[in-house]
Amino acid sequence: MHALERLSAWLDHTALSQIVKDNDWIVPTVQTIHILAIAVVFVSALMIDLRSIGLIATDQTVERVSARFLPFVWWPLVVLAATGAVMIVGEPPRSLKNPVFQLKMVLVAAAVGVTFLHHLLARAHAGAARAAAILSILLWTGIIFAGRWIAYYA
Amino acid sequence: MMGLDPALEWLQATSIATAIRENEILFPWIESVHVLALVMVVGTISIVDLRLIGAASRERPVARLLREVLPYTWAAFALAAVTGTLLFSSNAVNYAGNGYFRGKVVLLGVAGINMAIFHLFIGRDVARWSAGGGLPWAARAAGAVSLCLWIAVVACGRWIGFTIQH
Repeated sequence: MHALERLSAWLDHTALSQIVKDNDWIVPTVQTIHILAIAVVFVSALMIDLRSIGLIATDQTVERVSARFLPFVWWPLVVLAATGAVMIVGEPPRSLKNPVFQLKMVLVAAAVGVTFLHHLLARAHAGAARAAAILSILLWTGIIFAGRWIAYYA
Repeated sequence: MMGLDPALEWLQATSIATAIRENEILFPWIESVHVLALVMVVGTISIVDLRLIGAASRERPVARLLREVLPYTWAAFALAAVTGTLLFSSNAVNYAGNGYFRGKVVLLGVAGINMAIFHLFIGRDVARWSAGGGLPWAARAAGAVSLCLWIAVVACGRWIGFTIQH
């Protein structure tokens, strides 16, 4: 944790951090964009997952539904990383050293991994793909909950 | 909010409102469910809006897209409304006096009117809109208006958290 401690302290004293702290509108604006991007990622992943489970769009193949929604899972992740970075820079100790934030990052890594796996499994193994779909829904839900709890765990 | 004040004071004095206000973890839990629900509302509506504008899901007939997405939108909206009401009750007088809260309620109302106009007039012959073809300009406009309104709703919601008095 020593390196994290130093990174957090260093970030806290950067000019960029000062700008975020001095301008009250930056954090709510960035959080609004963050939530909108989460909405796009979550629902796009959900549509693929629900198709895998067999609850929606059963007239289309899983591949077709994935092709429709997968781009909307990947590119907002860039927006989430960028807006998330601004929030971290604005309050490094409250995020980087926060166990809920750390949990959220683990869940994000797991969700990205499961989405990849899901994509690979879709063709080969329907049962495993269904399991991946359920896991994906649970992981993204956990990410949203953890995101809200970062603010309360200090 | 002069006329409403007694009702708001009664609401925040109820045992449920008091419990949410005084318990340390009740508010964040309800708020987390609220965020999950609103993310589903905004996400599913944006699928429809982007289809109406012509930016995504173009190979899917609009009527079919509405049928497969809107049940999830309504279920999530019900959850967002219940959790939102619970959060509101915990500090009703201050929420009612907050400009961003009032703005959010007005925007939700306008989004509802926009949706009603779409279902009653613009989209009355939605079953005949073919996949891939261009949609009537009014349908595209309804999609664009809806998208803007929901973005503004999310922004107001986030700003409430930074301006609400306790």
